[in-house]
Amino acid sequence: MEMMGEMLSQLPSLVFFLVGTVAVASSILVVAMRNPVHSALFLLLTFLCVAVIFILAHAELVGAIQILVYAGGIMVLFLFVVMLINIRDLPDERMLSPFWKPALGVGLVLFILFASVVRTGSYATEVEDTRPLRTARVAVRSEVTKTDEGRSVRRVTMGDRAVGNSEALGMALYRDYLVPFEVASIFLLVAMIGAIVIGKRELYSMDEETNPQFITDRVAEEKRVKEASGA
Amino acid sequence: MPDTQAFLMLSGTLFTVGLIGVIIRRNMITVLMCIELMLNGVNINLVAFSYRLSSLEGQIFSIFTIAVAAGEAAVGLAIIIQLYRLKNSVNIDEVHELSG
Repeated sequence: MEMMGEMLSQLPSLVFFLVGTVAVASSILVVAMRNPVHSALFLLLTFLCVAVIFILAHAELVGAIQILVYAGGIMVLFLFVVMLINIRDLPDERMLSPFWKPALGVGLVLFILFASVVRTGSYATEVEDTRPLRTARVAVRSEVTKTDEGRSVRRVTMGDRAVGNSEALGMALYRDYLVPFEVASIFLLVAMIGAIVIGKRELYSMDEETNPQFITDRVAEEKRVKEASGA
Repeated sequence: MPDTQAFLMLSGTLFTVGLIGVIIRRNMITVLMCIELMLNGVNINLVAFSYRLSSLEGQIFSIFTIAVAAGEAAVGLAIIIQLYRLKNSVNIDEVHELSG
C-alpha cells in the first residue's frame, strides 16, 4: 500500500518527463521535416503534448482551450493552406537558408543562457497558504496542498465554496479582466476581417483600376530577367 | 510533481527550437509553424508560474496569448496565400520588395 502511494506520487513527474521528451522531439522534427504536411502533423503532436503538460500543472481549462483552438482550429487552417498551395508544383530547392550555421549557433547560445538562468535563478518562495488574486474583486483563492501521500492537490475556493478551475478562471476573466477580454474580442474581429480582405482573390487582379502599378512592373521585370538568363 | 525548473527548461527548449526554425527555414508556412512553437513555449512558462505562485493570472494571460496566436495565424496564412498567387512560390527569400 505504501509502495502504491509512493508510485502514485511519482506518476506526475514520470508523465511530465515522458510527454516533455515527446514534445521536444516532435518540435525538432517540425523544423527538420522537408514536407510542410509532415511538419504540420508533428506540430499537432507538440500541441497535444503541451496540452497534457498544462493539465499536469493544474491548468485544466487552458489545456482544453489548447486542444480546441490549436489542435482543432489553427491546425486545420495550416493544413488547408498547405493544400491550397500545391507543394508538388514548387521547384525542388534547398530547405535551409544559406546562413543556417550561425543561426544554429545563436540558438544554442540562447538556450545555454536560458538554462543557466533557470538553473541558478532565485525564485519567489512557493506560496503555500491561500492568497487572493492581486486584482481580484471576487475573492478567488487558489492553494496547493500536499496530501499525506506526497501528492499535490490544488484547491480553488470562491468565498467559502470550492469551485473548479473553469469557474474560477471565468470569474477572474469576466470580472477582473473584462476590458482586456473585450479588447481581445475586437482584436479577433479585426483579424478575421483582415484575413478575409487580404485573402480575396481580386486584390491583385489584372483589372487595371485595382492593380497596383509597381507590382505589375515588378512581375514584368522579373519575367524579363528570367527569360534573359534562361536564353 | 515536477518542479518549476523542469517546466522552465521545457519552455525554453521549445522557444529555442522555434526560434532556430524561424531563422533557418525558407518555407513561409513552416516559419509560421515555428512562431506557433515559440508561443507555446511562452504559454508553458506562464502556466508554470501560475502553478508555482498559486495565482490564476498566468492562466488568464496564456488564454490571451492563445487568442492572439489564432489571429496571427489567420492573417499570416492569408498573406502567404496572397504572396503565393503573386510569386508562385512560398520561399521566404523570394520576397524582397522592400530590399530587406
